Amino acid sequence: MIEFRNVTKRFPDGTVAVDSFDLVIPSRRTTVFVGSSGCGKTTLLRMINRMVEPTSGTVEIDGEDVAAKQGVALRRSIGYVMQNGGLMPHFTVAENIATVPRLNGRTRRAARARALELMDVVGLDTAMADRYPSQLSGGQQQRVGVARGLAADPNILLMDEPFGAVDPIVRAELQRELIRLQRDLDKTVVFVTHDVDEAFLLGDQVAILAEGARRLQVGSPSEITENPADDFVAAFIGADRGKRALRVKQTPRGRVLVDAEGRTQGVLVEGEG
Amino acid sequence: MDWVSENLDLIGSLTLEHLRQSVIAIAAGFALSLPLGWVAWRYRLLRGWVITVTGLLYTIPSLALLMILPVVAGYPATSETNLVIALTIYAIAIMVRAVTDGLDSVDPAVRRSATAVGYGAARRFWAVDLPLAGPVILAGLRVTAVSTISLATVGILVGVTNLGYLFTNGLQRRIVPEVLAGIVAVAVIALLIDLALMAAGRTLMPWARGAAPARRSAAEAAS
Repeated sequence: MIEFRNVTKRFPDGTVAVDSFDLVIPSRRTTVFVGSSGCGKTTLLRMINRMVEPTSGTVEIDGEDVAAKQGVALRRSIGYVMQNGGLMPHFTVAENIATVPRLNGRTRRAARARALELMDVVGLDTAMADRYPSQLSGGQQQRVGVARGLAADPNILLMDEPFGAVDPIVRAELQRELIRLQRDLDKTVVFVTHDVDEAFLLGDQVAILAEGARRLQVGSPSEITENPADDFVAAFIGADRGKRALRVKQTPRGRVLVDAEGRTQGVLVEGEG
Repeated sequence: MDWVSENLDLIGSLTLEHLRQSVIAIAAGFALSLPLGWVAWRYRLLRGWVITVTGLLYTIPSLALLMILPVVAGYPATSETNLVIALTIYAIAIMVRAVTDGLDSVDPAVRRSATAVGYGAARRFWAVDLPLAGPVILAGLRVTAVSTISLATVGILVGVTNLGYLFTNGLQRRIVPEVLAGIVAVAVIALLIDLALMAAGRTLMPWARGAAPARRSAAEAAS
């Protein structure tokens, strides 16, 4: 469990990125911070592994204040995946994945074995182990990034817009893959995105944030869709359009669901699912 | 060309002298530029000063430096130390800037990513910052090497023997092949050292090959 208690972050230039933020992030679930850019969601994420220190308030992991832990050791114990994978361009794929085990003092051989094992887990051909990141596609780089995040088998995985820079088809593939991984691995995932669809797809708990990391609404995707806190949230999640605003249409073969543009999105099936 | 074939031993021993003096200066200049370049990169306030002052060193006329240094430091002008120290100063003038530019060229996102996965500051410098600054630093080192090897010939004017001897002796005795032999020998060792540095770069930085076109063209423009 990760807990933010009355956390504020004021940067030296005076901007308040996070203003008195409280949230409990349950273990072994995926929590997504979603909001437009500059809302402080990445700052929140970075306060968990002490990349950013709060100006006031505390961040606790399983009841222990992270400020009491040594930053470097803390970061090695938490997986981190960022946009474009954040890979070291001068390390091979295997070396990139093996980074944290190597930092933790594992032998080169053991770390490489672990890296190859993880390439399998994230669906990368081990024949790519000795390539450099620049020789991979965006989607492959991102998989390497995920593998690196998992290499030290951390309980917590922080993901900062990890799929933001790949095309929609690859993104959908990576999202499915993450859902599959999460089912097998059972990590506490904290995921940052500006894409509501991604947030609702991946999140068990979704926190919709506005500037200063102000909580507009926190809940499961179903709770938010069924009962948006206010008009802004309703507009933000697109409750009035696209595939979230459906009406029932009677056809000779039964009832179907139609979106605002009149396109049929699905068939209404009666009874409990 | 008779002169050359009769004096191969002389040319050979002068070349070795020349090579030794140059390589020591290049290595010393490189070693001293790393911390200076790092300081200039790390501390914004010092940056302008360090870059300007070291850059100005290059404007000191070489002959003047070779005559002033012995007076200041108290060693004989004719000693090899005198020449090596002067060449080291010129090497620093070029290299400090290259080191600072190199560290600047490292993508801040990669640096942040290294911190995020758990590199401490010192370890990150050696494992991430310095290697990634490598291509730009190498470009600077290649310029430094060629310029040092060519500049070293001036040592003969204060009495430090190296390939420069072939110029002064050849001019005094009007032996054109001797002067030409000196020019060719200097060009050949400059070329060989440059090739050696390039080969070392390819071995140490295999990842830079074919990747990062921007970085590569910067290296080519500087060399």
